[in-house]
Amino acid sequence: MNLPRFLLFFWIAIILGGLSPAFADLGADTNKLSLKSTKTKILAIERLVASGDDQAVAILQAFLVGNLFVHTLDKTPVIGRPSPEGYHIKSAVNGRDLGTVKKTALKKIRINNKLRKIVRGALGGLTLLSPDRDLRLNAAKSVFKSHDVLVIVLLEKAILRETDDHVLAAMKRSLAAVQATNSTQTAVRLSAIEQLAAYTDQDVRTVIAEIVGKEQTSEAVDPVNPVRIAAEKALSGIEARLKIWGYVASIFQGLSLGSVLLLAAMGLAITFGVMGVINMAHGEMVMLGAYTTYLVQDLFKIHLAAYFDWSILLAIPAAFVVAGATGVIIERSVIRFLYGRPLETLLATWGLSLMLQQLVRSLFGPTNQEVVNPSWMSGAVEITGGLTLTYNRIWIIVFAILVLALVTFLIKKTSFGLRMRAVTQNRAMASSMGIRTGWVDAMTFGLGSGIAGMAGVALSQIDNVSPNLGQAYIIDSFMVVVFGGVGNLWGTVVGALSLGIVNKFLEPLSGAVLAKILILIAVILFIQKRPRGLFALKGRAMEG
Amino acid sequence: MIKTLKVLAGAGAVTASLAYGTASHAADTIKVGVLHSLSGTMAISETTLKDTVLMMIDDVNKKGGLLGKKLEAVVVDPASNWPLFAEKTRELIEKEKVDVIFGCWTSVSRKSVLPVIEELNGMLFYPVQYEGEESSRNVFYTGAAPNQQAIPAVEYLMGEDGGEAKRWVLLGTDYVYPRTTNKILRAFLHSKGVSDADIMENYTPFGHSDWQTIVADVKKFASAGKKTAVVSTINGDANVPFYKELGNQGIKAEEIPVVAFSVGEEELAGLDTKPLVGHLAAWNYFMSEDSPENAAFIKKWHRFIKDDKRPTNDPMEATYIGFKMWSQAVQQAGTTNIDAVRQAMYGQKVNNLTGGVAVMNTNHHLSKPVLIGEIQADGQIETVSKTDGLVVGDAWSDFIPESKKLTADWTFPWVCGNCEKPVHLSMK
Amino acid sequence: MNKEFAGPLTALITASRGATITVGLLLIVAFLVPVANLLVPETSVFHVPNYAVSLLGKYLCFALLAMSVDLIWGFCGILSLGHGAFFALGGYAMGMYLMRQIGDRGVYGNAHMPDFMVFLDWHQLPWYWYGFESFAFAILMVAVVPGALAFVFGWLAFRARVTGVYFSIISQAMTFALLLAFFRNDMGFGGNNGLTDFKEILGFDLKSNVVRATLFFCSALSVLAGYLLCRFIVTSKFGRLLVAVRDAENRTRFLGYRVEYYKLLVFTVSAVLAGIAGSLYVPQVGIINPGEFSPANSIEIVIWVAVGGRGYLHGAILGAVVVNYAKTYFTGALPEVWLFMLGGLFIATTLFLPQGIVGLMAKIKKPVFVTKTPKAALTLGVGD
Repeated sequence: MNLPRFLLFFWIAIILGGLSPAFADLGADTNKLSLKSTKTKILAIERLVASGDDQAVAILQAFLVGNLFVHTLDKTPVIGRPSPEGYHIKSAVNGRDLGTVKKTALKKIRINNKLRKIVRGALGGLTLLSPDRDLRLNAAKSVFKSHDVLVIVLLEKAILRETDDHVLAAMKRSLAAVQATNSTQTAVRLSAIEQLAAYTDQDVRTVIAEIVGKEQTSEAVDPVNPVRIAAEKALSGIEARLKIWGYVASIFQGLSLGSVLLLAAMGLAITFGVMGVINMAHGEMVMLGAYTTYLVQDLFKIHLAAYFDWSILLAIPAAFVVAGATGVIIERSVIRFLYGRPLETLLATWGLSLMLQQLVRSLFGPTNQEVVNPSWMSGAVEITGGLTLTYNRIWIIVFAILVLALVTFLIKKTSFGLRMRAVTQNRAMASSMGIRTGWVDAMTFGLGSGIAGMAGVALSQIDNVSPNLGQAYIIDSFMVVVFGGVGNLWGTVVGALSLGIVNKFLEPLSGAVLAKILILIAVILFIQKRPRGLFALKGRAMEG
Repeated sequence: MIKTLKVLAGAGAVTASLAYGTASHAADTIKVGVLHSLSGTMAISETTLKDTVLMMIDDVNKKGGLLGKKLEAVVVDPASNWPLFAEKTRELIEKEKVDVIFGCWTSVSRKSVLPVIEELNGMLFYPVQYEGEESSRNVFYTGAAPNQQAIPAVEYLMGEDGGEAKRWVLLGTDYVYPRTTNKILRAFLHSKGVSDADIMENYTPFGHSDWQTIVADVKKFASAGKKTAVVSTINGDANVPFYKELGNQGIKAEEIPVVAFSVGEEELAGLDTKPLVGHLAAWNYFMSEDSPENAAFIKKWHRFIKDDKRPTNDPMEATYIGFKMWSQAVQQAGTTNIDAVRQAMYGQKVNNLTGGVAVMNTNHHLSKPVLIGEIQADGQIETVSKTDGLVVGDAWSDFIPESKKLTADWTFPWVCGNCEKPVHLSMK
Repeated sequence: MNKEFAGPLTALITASRGATITVGLLLIVAFLVPVANLLVPETSVFHVPNYAVSLLGKYLCFALLAMSVDLIWGFCGILSLGHGAFFALGGYAMGMYLMRQIGDRGVYGNAHMPDFMVFLDWHQLPWYWYGFESFAFAILMVAVVPGALAFVFGWLAFRARVTGVYFSIISQAMTFALLLAFFRNDMGFGGNNGLTDFKEILGFDLKSNVVRATLFFCSALSVLAGYLLCRFIVTSKFGRLLVAVRDAENRTRFLGYRVEYYKLLVFTVSAVLAGIAGSLYVPQVGIINPGEFSPANSIEIVIWVAVGGRGYLHGAILGAVVVNYAKTYFTGALPEVWLFMLGGLFIATTLFLPQGIVGLMAKIKKPVFVTKTPKAALTLGVGD
């Protein structure tokens, strides 16, 4: 973005001198933003910025988020916020409250990517010396790619005043980038490139790559161009480090995919692995969990909007209960008549899965439902520039660990777990010891289904919430359980994680489809070597 | 043995009873076949179109029907199963004797229907944007051809307003529409001086849900020092996880804009679009377009579906235009006879919902305006660029050498969907 | 089935009433339907319309497919959840022949390559397409490709003693891997669109009524031949061994039989039958695409068998026809709720008809002859 120089002089004048040239007509300039010509719009933005008026900042911020309108009656610009009755509007020129109007009374002033970038950059320049720390941080980041020498002056001034370490670091990084790109002195450029070479991040790589590209085209003028040589060296250094971080990223991605698989498969490890029910309706339990999340979020939107971010925490037990109860009903009404005939459970549960899909489709419609990531699950944390971990994936890994711990505890440490193991190992004996085997069966199936429901909460954060959700995971889930070894929870864990990680390392080499095919073939071949999975149960129990 | 004979005799009766349905056919209604999947993977998109057709039929019937007859919808569910599409088409035409069919979404379903509808001389209105490279005498294509969607979108991103992109990522689901579109785009980009090193092409399976690696790759590809844009032909279900990953990995539209050809208001309804503001979509219709026709259509839709929140989208407009054109053509021809209606279709005009007039051309494709829009925080898409006039849908792309020489024109003297020279009268 | 195998065909047909009826019915259908379609005037109530012919033809292909599953599941206890793969491979082999028959009548007029290769910028026909312009070669491949895959897969699995549900799941993995592979456009099988737009078979127009009736006739005869073959297998000594393997694999092994060889043989035969079913299916429906590999399809085949009656060959035929007719009917008559009907049918069958429709009929009528499944067969455990 090339902001014209006169504009920058004004910035400097405003920021350094406190001069306030109030010659711009805010109303007229704002109205110009709604005209067709992009040039006129850019000019209007520049004039707004140059006005130095606080209201201009408010106008531009509203413009940026799509809250700037023209009133259809008197053609004046207003800033509006949606309210239950329509829009609550304020005058854009002086901030005066103009009450609430219907949506039809307003015409939105639309923005596009190009203008968005210009406005962000302009706001960045204006706020580089703002008293608000976060604004300064954003400003420092948004001038990173500025291509004008005059930003250097501003940044140098800002760096002198800066007290916050974090903001200071961001400003220094931006300064180095601008200097390396645009300084007129070769020595300054070289030292800036040297500074940049120490960073390991994609954005810095972009800047250096740009420099290399530019300098290469001017090769004819100077065959031993020191800037090019320094930039190329810096680039190869950064790329080498990025590559190493790339492997770390692959491991994280693999763990994340693995934990998704684990969550999806854990319920199946109980209904299929422990109880021997070939549960084709497992995926639909996951789907029910996802729809429960949607319903809980919907309730929060209406009744508890302030606590919306925590809706997901309530959704977890709710999904467990909904899917679990459905599981108990299914067990009592269908599955219990089929014990000892596991292959027939396949047919019955397949029928159930068709019916559940159609039920959800009839109730909620066939389209995707919107499940929102809470703010603490949105965005990413930057470990270094080369490694960004998204919050939703981190939380899903954590969630998988928690669910695993819970299930292990239930099975190993509680009396219910003891009964459950007793019934699956020797039904007749357990029964004669006074255990109500029917009740235990129902509860076990409910537990497996409930866990699937909880997995649905996690999947709703990364995937579609649609009637087909479950179908997408059922085969993978079976693969994980069989690969790990039926009846062994740890097998499932190891199976899920190893399939996830192998997949993520194969994917860059072979592409996503081929990676998946290769993994399927590997599982098929692996089963030849260990016909009962990774961790087979030993002993006579398996002789059936 | 007597029992055996009884059973055998019964078999004869069963065979005879297979003649069901051919008996009487009430001629006091005009039958409209609706061939959209109501279950399976495509139900998510196609159910809406079924409802749109039903709404249009309802509308016509309220106004007294066509040619003095009521319209009667015959809805079947081909269940996202491609051979079933062919079977149901045969059933609709031979058994139900429908006068027209509105249906299909995926290319493969259309390809499956094609031989049947040509054999039985039926009429299909296909309302979805598609890869082109086809023109059947029995199909009217009311969705966008690649030159009505992909090329204008890329031109926009190359232009000043779109950010002057120099490097391109073509992401798609591995099937014929993305493959063909990307092939056309690559040829187009070459013609604009973009080298192969600046194009990255990647295909994923249907319903792909783990986008971590690919989004990271895009970021890497984009950090080579040139302005990069992503062209997405990712299909249906895979979009939600893709956009979620995009949002979370912080890819901003100002840095790397993503323009999608298969993402409309309906797909966005399943998403929190706040992190996606500014990413683009190219269609011939957006719900946010301000026109009296559109306002009336949305109102009617909400009343019909009894849900004020349901979005409208481009394939719905395509269905609307196709249906209107068909009913005008029937009225003009004074009959539902397929051949007569087909002749009446050419040059048929219907007001677009976004303003202007759509025209049916003799290559069975529409002339329509092309809109490029940006995704908003409320799940709507708002136009940032609109072609000045209408763009004529091109059955055969000029950017594919083999198809450049082909012409589709179903009127005299061509009478052909893929010919190098007119067929003249030699056909009959 | 206690009767010693004597005299060839007649014995197979007359040995049980079920067999007599099945063979008779198939013969009647094979001749009556084409006649009623081609010779009876359209106005007559006995006329069978064209769409019914192609629909019935499709059901018959499914019947053959169901029988192939019943042969291994009902008689040898091998539950394959990947049999759709063999069906699809047979279909692809036939589809490739039909593609080559198009010649230069494709939209791009390229006589050497199918259209989809032309627009993917391929310059040469890939080697695995060689030979498919010959009908004889294609027919050979219809049997060889599924047979070879089944042989390799079965050899690996049975030798390593992968049994029961483990086998089911890896067979599902196999068909899923093939599904993904055939989806890839780079594979050279037309990707998601598959092979379509066929024009003619052996020079005859596929759209003509006579060809359609002939294909129907061939399908009916194939089902008949398949039925006789399967009956021959299950009534022979080999068949009794299969039942022994089904009911007590380890005991059979301890008696000195090489169980894996028997299983491998019957599995391969079954795959070939499935492939033939696929090759008849493709010209009748006019398209073959990777959707046929989807695991859901394979599960559905098993369900046809279960509904008809596992362990009864004619049960498999009946199940395939009944379930598919129900599907045709419900998707037209009750498009919004047909999945409830179908799902309900499956649940009801497993709960109330553990031996399927045929089992129910046998129970009601006090069977003269029992082609029956011992109770033990129904208790294939997870670790069985």
